[in-house]
Amino acid sequence: MSDTTFFVIETIVKSLIIVAVFSALAGFGTYFERKVMAFMQRRYGPMLVGPQGVLQVLADGIKLFTKEDIVPANSVPLIFKIAPVITASTAFIAMAAVPFFPSFEIMGHTVSPIVADINIGILFVLGAMAVGLYGPLLGGMASNNKWSILGAARTVVQFLSFEVITGLSLLAPIMMIGSLSLIDINNYQTEGGVAGWLIWTQPVAFFLFMIAAFAETNRTPFDLLEHEAEVVAGFATEYSGMRWGMFFIGEYANLFTVAFLVSLVFLGGFNDLGFIPGALAILLKVAFFFFVFLWVRSTWPHIRPDQLMWLCWKVLMPIAIINLLITGIVILA
Amino acid sequence: MAKQEYKHIEIADYPKTGFARFIQVMRRSLRVELFKGMGITFGVMIRTLFRGEMHTMQYPNEKLPVSARYRAIHKLLRFMESESERCIGCGLCEKICISKCIRMDTKLDENSRKVVPEYTINFGRCIFCGYCAEVCPELAIVHGDRYENVSEQRAHFSLKDDMLTPLDRLKEQKEFPGFGAVNPEADKMIKKTPLAY
Ligand code: SF4
Ligand code: SF4
Repeated sequence: MSDTTFFVIETIVKSLIIVAVFSALAGFGTYFERKVMAFMQRRYGPMLVGPQGVLQVLADGIKLFTKEDIVPANSVPLIFKIAPVITASTAFIAMAAVPFFPSFEIMGHTVSPIVADINIGILFVLGAMAVGLYGPLLGGMASNNKWSILGAARTVVQFLSFEVITGLSLLAPIMMIGSLSLIDINNYQTEGGVAGWLIWTQPVAFFLFMIAAFAETNRTPFDLLEHEAEVVAGFATEYSGMRWGMFFIGEYANLFTVAFLVSLVFLGGFNDLGFIPGALAILLKVAFFFFVFLWVRSTWPHIRPDQLMWLCWKVLMPIAIINLLITGIVILA
Repeated sequence: MAKQEYKHIEIADYPKTGFARFIQVMRRSLRVELFKGMGITFGVMIRTLFRGEMHTMQYPNEKLPVSARYRAIHKLLRFMESESERCIGCGLCEKICISKCIRMDTKLDENSRKVVPEYTINFGRCIFCGYCAEVCPELAIVHGDRYENVSEQRAHFSLKDDMLTPLDRLKEQKEFPGFGAVNPEADKMIKKTPLAY
């Protein structure tokens, strides 16, 4: 087999695996979310479908697929139909530049579990995830519903607020590493085990990025776009069935991407951790961050849009810039 | 009565000046109150999973105990020792029933004792007033704990066999504490209303 053929087949197989695995994970993500939140509220969560309710995901899937496909009157049908696809597909496109595991050998070829090791990796991931916000924006504007348009407006508010923090907070570690490729970022932390993790040298950037990540993935405390208590379901008010499901899959895929990003950039990525092999180490980290997302959701109240802007522009941005300045001075000195 | 523990909560005034507000934000952030909250939810999760603090009743499989004062579907009890029926066929319940829904047959058996071959209640008419249970001198007819009632038609009769405790389940029969008895759990369930409300 020539290298080109192998490369083409390898890429196709990798893309298929990523889409399949993360669609399934998104489904099970909802199961874990319900279970964890239920336990934190002294409930059982899903119990009846399958042992301990594990097959609830299947039941939900059947329901989503067989539901009537409604396009509301006076909406803009084309955009209404495209919007969920934007969210879901950009979520998966973003994963193209994320290295999930260390590379391994197969049939004499070295396979690295990343679809495209582009040299602007992290920029691409953040960019693709940011494009995903066109989904809520367009979907909300096209649905001809007041709640939806409020949700769409909040999308813009949220986007304008957190994207600054994401960029500025990641800039500091990137300055230290000198590369945007996530593989380089990972290899930078090879030395020294836990002590070599970037979280110790960039704790402020870590916290800022975590906060921005909650906004980026549209989770509590920043779930302004679809906060039920205020705007019914925000941009998703008119969506049902599989179109709504696609928004959902996109959201959960983003959640996993962000968890991988945090683990790669700040927590030593897929480097071996003592006796734990790298692949398992990163899975543990991602699982931990996924749990943190659920944990925060069941603990913290959510904030108003103006509070989000206040937080991002007046508090976090100055901190990010100061952090950036200090990092720059330390690097130069 | 359970011991009452009231906590007085100090609520400070809202900060007025910008600087006071800044101080409040700093104090709240530095005391990491948000993370304390996360500690609480995590503790709840651990206690729910491992210490049996789950609040959910899985209803059709588990049921909350009903109070002895609750007037659900009737039961006819037996004596625990002799296993014979408590009902002596005096007919008081039939007489007092204001909706006239109890119907019974009595006869003398070979020992010249009065027995009750038939005893029916029409639950389509019963208003669950509890007079029958109150009047019964033998604590024979009592209200049980079956509160899920469904019927296909207006008249719905419960026959004697449906209500009488079966012999093989006599062990599970609970002594009726008397009509209007308080719930044995009552002390635990009552909270004193603070007069300072
Ligand atoms: S509860 Fe009242 S209405 Fe029902 S059978 Fe007894 S006395 Fe009659
Ligand atoms: S009042 Fe009690 S003892 Fe008398 S007939 Fe009715 S159930 Fe039997």
